Amino acid sequence: MAESSTLAQTIRDIVQRHQKLPTRLLQILREVQDRLTWLSTEAINVVAEELGISPAKVRSVAEFYSFLYTAPRGSYDILFSDNITDRMLGNRELLHYLADRLGVAINGTRADGRVSVGTTSCTGMCDQGPAALVNGYALTRLTKPRLDRIVELVNAKTPLEQWPREFFEVVSNIRRADILLGRHFADGAALRAVLKRGPEAILEEMVKSGLRGQGGAGFKSAAKWQSCRNAPGEVKYVVCNADEGEPGTFKDRVLMQDYADLVFEGMTVCGRVIGARQGFVYLRGEYRYMVDALKATLQRRREAGLLGAAILGDASFEFDIDIHLGAGAYVCGEESALIESLEGKHGVPRIRPPFPTTHGYLNKPTVVNNVETFASAAKIAVEGGNWFASRGTAESKGTKLLSLSGDCERPGIYEYPFGVTVRQVLEDCGARDAQGIQMAGPAGHMISAKLFDRRICFEDLATGGSFMVFDQRRDILDGIRNFAHFFVHESCGFCTPCRVGTSLMRDLVDKVHTGHGTRADLEEMRKLGQIMRVASHCGLGQTAPNPVLDSLDQFPESYERRLRSTAFEPAFDMNAALEQARWLTGRTDPDAYLDEEILSRAMP
Amino acid sequence: MIESKLKVATCSLCGCFGCHMSLLDLDERLFDLAEKVEFDRSPLTDLKELGECDIGIIEGGIANVENVHTLLEFRARCKILIAMGACAISGGIPAMRNHYELKDCLEESYTRGIGLVDAQIPNDPEIPLLLDQVHPIHEVVKIDYFLPGCPPSADTIWTFVTQLLAGQPIALPYTQIHYD
Amino acid sequence: MSEEPRFTLDGRTVPFQDGQTIMAAALAAGIYIPHLCFNPEFTPHGSCRVCLVKVNGRMQASCTTPAAAGQVVQSEIDEVREIRRGLLQMLFVEGNHVCPACEKSGACQLQAVAYYVGMLAPHYTHFYPRRPVDASHPDALIDFNRCILCELCVRASREVDGKNVFAVQGRGIKAHLVVNTPSGKLGATDFSLSDKAAQVCPTGTILSKHSGYEIPIGQRLYDRKPINVVGDVAALAVSKGGRRHD
Repeated sequence: MAESSTLAQTIRDIVQRHQKLPTRLLQILREVQDRLTWLSTEAINVVAEELGISPAKVRSVAEFYSFLYTAPRGSYDILFSDNITDRMLGNRELLHYLADRLGVAINGTRADGRVSVGTTSCTGMCDQGPAALVNGYALTRLTKPRLDRIVELVNAKTPLEQWPREFFEVVSNIRRADILLGRHFADGAALRAVLKRGPEAILEEMVKSGLRGQGGAGFKSAAKWQSCRNAPGEVKYVVCNADEGEPGTFKDRVLMQDYADLVFEGMTVCGRVIGARQGFVYLRGEYRYMVDALKATLQRRREAGLLGAAILGDASFEFDIDIHLGAGAYVCGEESALIESLEGKHGVPRIRPPFPTTHGYLNKPTVVNNVETFASAAKIAVEGGNWFASRGTAESKGTKLLSLSGDCERPGIYEYPFGVTVRQVLEDCGARDAQGIQMAGPAGHMISAKLFDRRICFEDLATGGSFMVFDQRRDILDGIRNFAHFFVHESCGFCTPCRVGTSLMRDLVDKVHTGHGTRADLEEMRKLGQIMRVASHCGLGQTAPNPVLDSLDQFPESYERRLRSTAFEPAFDMNAALEQARWLTGRTDPDAYLDEEILSRAMP
Repeated sequence: MIESKLKVATCSLCGCFGCHMSLLDLDERLFDLAEKVEFDRSPLTDLKELGECDIGIIEGGIANVENVHTLLEFRARCKILIAMGACAISGGIPAMRNHYELKDCLEESYTRGIGLVDAQIPNDPEIPLLLDQVHPIHEVVKIDYFLPGCPPSADTIWTFVTQLLAGQPIALPYTQIHYD
Repeated sequence: MSEEPRFTLDGRTVPFQDGQTIMAAALAAGIYIPHLCFNPEFTPHGSCRVCLVKVNGRMQASCTTPAAAGQVVQSEIDEVREIRRGLLQMLFVEGNHVCPACEKSGACQLQAVAYYVGMLAPHYTHFYPRRPVDASHPDALIDFNRCILCELCVRASREVDGKNVFAVQGRGIKAHLVVNTPSGKLGATDFSLSDKAAQVCPTGTILSKHSGYEIPIGQRLYDRKPINVVGDVAALAVSKGGRRHD
């Protein structure tokens, strides 16, 4: 009874702090979980009651996000980043090592409730993996000695604040800087420019700059701003998409960590241009480690008159920024799903049109731009559109931040003018023996050495920034399988082709990867991939088959060397399907098996 | 021209023989069929050995080891293999046991009855061992044609067989496509 | 002279009003485009993707794509039909659709659309999920095995009945329909067979307990004529073979 009323009071306090706003539901659930380690039915019911919404709605949010738990979890919740780059660095061995040492099953919770160990999608630390999260905070450069220490800390119930700081150190690894990262930027310079020259002039500079969405989609940023500016309505919003979920990309992490002022300034300029007074940074849950620092930066900017009411002393210039933390859902990188999530809902992409520029956050006109886009916009406001457009190619102006990881000597962030060749990038990062590159993450394109002279730009190889190198030692299909599983985990489940197709594709890839596939399965993958590509509701489903479809063309030998010579192989392991019956009957006679030998005699 | 008769084999795996009943419902059309084809192994001929055939028609899904062996043999010996009826195509009614663990199914049948003495799950090697789930046959071998229905009607079977034997593409009229 | 804007659908000229979707305009012109999650009485959802058409060469869901003057829309072409068939096959393997054991068989929109697109078998590997049946309500039965996540009952209960009885929870392949009560049981709600939500299911997920097999198999709604001729079961009165309880 006492316990239950404490729980209710804890939740009531949290909900109060969020002004009982249902739009804060995701943030509320995060905080409730921070206090209680998981979201029990009782907790969900109290949250629902306090917010005046149905428990089912609260649960639909709780069940949607990977980092929210509706079953008990350990006080220490350790999730290994399971991107292919983490795997290349040996994360699986470390995962098993830690689970063994802690005496906990993988994906399970120890009997004493102290600790859980599992895996999660890429945490954006590919340049300093193997990586993990503990209670949402990033751990980097894991090694066995480091894990030994973690075991001691967990067993001694040491609070996270007392863990060695170097375990949480996230370095920026900026290897090549150009106009965005390389030039000094004086805080407030872009704000002064927009005040002095006016929104129209700045918009004109944006048009001249040719800046395109740096998340990878490449929509002209000026057109977005213009459309939102022209949209009717008094209330408008600016949203910074820092839900950098594409496996292999971490450039937004570096921008938010080292260049937050530049990003906030870009958002503020945008606010002035479109007539918005409120901005949001939607920060992926994996980057919660930087929330305090970002809030401090925002506060410093308010105190310096660069944010809040009367910016630079001009009473008509009002703009503030709030940070909204995600909770493990790749699909929220899609702008309309991100808006849904920002409104406190589960992140299912909206039907478009209407587009966010007219019907965005709370149905108000909203500009959603990537972190890098806002950073570039701030620079453009100061230096001018022509300055920016002087770099890059005809259709892709300016520079692009690439996140390099995988088999290279110098993983990290590389800023290049658009148009750089893949070969140049490989040379610069010390990738001597590259077999293939996963460009723009699993949703992007897998390219083989014969395409290394292609250029990184929207007219040729478009990318949001992920650049994962596979050298000759690697089995490409290991990566493809990792990506196929990733999409199953990240599909939101709204539309048929993505919800069902990702699972079907995973099973086919698994079948081939484990040496049970035939040519017929490859044909099946192509057909399935085509349906997913053309029929899915949003970009996630449309691009989910890319790794398979690309690698079938680019790396056919990775598949072929694993194929059976037979025309057809069963969809399931028939001998394993007899295991239960063998156990129940105790039979060991020859007819109790359907092993390879028996099957090969019967198969055509 | 008797040599040119096509050889047809049929069997019922995990099904109810309803599809074979429907085959018998061809009634006098069976005489026309008999002029064009010769039945090899089939419940209709009671032949137990399967020879080299042109067409194999399978009723029922895959539930046990014997089903697997029979299906593999049919695939090996028949040029064209046809899945006939809901069970062969999607597991059908028998696949409703897939809702439960095999252990629960067997215990419910053999150990939880009233008045049982020394109740146990049968373990005689003569009894084909059960797979943990029932599967449609296209998950085990390549299937060339699917003939839906529970059972497909005699008219459906007739349309299908006559089109197939005439070397035409299969085009069932609307009223002959049914899943029930 | 203000001429009504038009687009072409498989070569036929279709007039439309500003703001209409391709689906709505086609429907008004009496042209059938297969669909499951779309019901003209509700805001389009766009989740089943079965109403996909080729618009100026690009695949789009006709229920959510606004009609525009001069659009060239293709629906009954092999390429589109093949994708629709694939989507139906996905839905059939995702759930447990045992037509021979379902009372809705013959008057089921899922089945009828599958017939319409010429689906002879589900083709893919079956998932055989283990989903419950909820018989807690005195008059209605929910068999979650048959749910295709069209969310029509969710929308109907929320928007028309004002009861908010249903919701979808879970992500990805784990997404599933739930009843919006602490126990998750329909019997604990004020759901009624006269609710709109009881009349919109395109499959046999929500059924009446007290009537069954009144019309024999073989003489049911879609047994003799296809759905493009008969229409959606949810839009038909009982006298026409539909399932409306009002």
